[in-house]
Amino acid sequence: MGISVSMTVNGQAVTAQVDPRTLLVAFLRETLGLTGTHVGCDTAACGACTVLLDGKAVKSCNLLAVQARGAKVTTIEGLAPADGLHPMQAAFKRHHGLQCGFCTPGMVLSAVELASRGTVPSEAQIREALDGNLCRCTGYQNIVKAVQDGLAGMGGAK
Amino acid sequence: MNPFNYHSPDSLAAAQSAKGGDVKYLAGGQSLVATMKLRLSAPTDLVDLAGIAELRGIKADGNALVIGAMTTHAEVAASAEVGKRLPALAALAGGIGDRQVRNRGTIGGSVANNDPAADYPAAVLGLGATVVTSKRRIAADAYFIGLYETVLEPREIITAVSFPVPAKAAYEKFRNPASRFALVGVFVAQTAGGPRVAVTGAGGAGVFRVAEMEAALAKKWAPESVRGIAVDSSDLNSDIHASAEYRAHLVAVLAARAVAAAG
Ligand code: FES
Ligand code: FES
Repeated sequence: MGISVSMTVNGQAVTAQVDPRTLLVAFLRETLGLTGTHVGCDTAACGACTVLLDGKAVKSCNLLAVQARGAKVTTIEGLAPADGLHPMQAAFKRHHGLQCGFCTPGMVLSAVELASRGTVPSEAQIREALDGNLCRCTGYQNIVKAVQDGLAGMGGAK
Repeated sequence: MNPFNYHSPDSLAAAQSAKGGDVKYLAGGQSLVATMKLRLSAPTDLVDLAGIAELRGIKADGNALVIGAMTTHAEVAASAEVGKRLPALAALAGGIGDRQVRNRGTIGGSVANNDPAADYPAAVLGLGATVVTSKRRIAADAYFIGLYETVLEPREIITAVSFPVPAKAAYEKFRNPASRFALVGVFVAQTAGGPRVAVTGAGGAGVFRVAEMEAALAKKWAPESVRGIAVDSSDLNSDIHASAEYRAHLVAVLAARAVAAAG
């Protein structure tokens, strides 16, 4: 029944035997103990579970772990350097882009993917790009400010 | 989710002959994984198409654009080739779901699933595209049967969709803000065979064409040709989001907007 799954998570090669029906988010949280990736809805609606799969933002609650075989996965734990915060995290802190913080890991990773586009998005484009990430607390105003600042901090490239 | 055996073939032939009883093919999984979580779908064997290189890519074939079944919505939206030759299709793909869904969801998966509120079926029917499978080529008019139903047979796999490039086309969608599916979406195109109008999100049996609007556009390609044409609401969906009458009204409004947008 078990199947061997190997991938690179936050720069580290991992291999585990999993039941094929294991979701990627369960693999990250339960098998690897990386609980920074949150489950807000489990129905692909909220984006709290967003991680980067080969650099692309995806909802890890709506993917099987086996679909990530051989891929590079980045979770919120893999973003920050050992001694501080990633520029996007720092921007969320600076602009108070969070209240309860539940949506934040997904917001931050979704925002980081935007930097890979190479162009500086307008406020409207940022709002549209965060369409798949819901926040029940902040009203988005400070999140958008944080993303603008964070993208500037990342120098538009990552 | 119910347990299943997982297969990851690297060729179309291996995918077709994968062992198993109740086989389902997995594309991007944005609909299938969700329905499996709800146990609305419970295959004994899941065959992942991700490793089959021949199902990917976008290429020109004479006057048609051929999009491989495993091409994601994000890839179609960002494709320079699609943006240049069929901008209405690039815009449609860029408006599906949200960014995360577009990074995974595929054209083949969407067309095989035939969700009655999905966007791609409107483009396939509205452009008179051809669905290319592991067994045959199927004209759009013969492909869609009903809700989540198509003429695809068990173990028949979509390999590509071939879109003839129209003189002009546009898609207008009234989006359900929660699900991001089309409450109503209308695709209009001026094709070699005349104007086509395809409606998604509204029909009780899924995507459908509006012959009366097509005839009016054949006489005169202008928004006012379609604005006053009422579709029969007795064939349309009613749900908590919109009544059939409201959907019928939206069809005419969106058709007129789409014709205006197509120019
Ligand atoms: S937990 Fe995955 S989208 Fe909400
Ligand atoms: S900060 Fe609470 S959900 Fe976004």
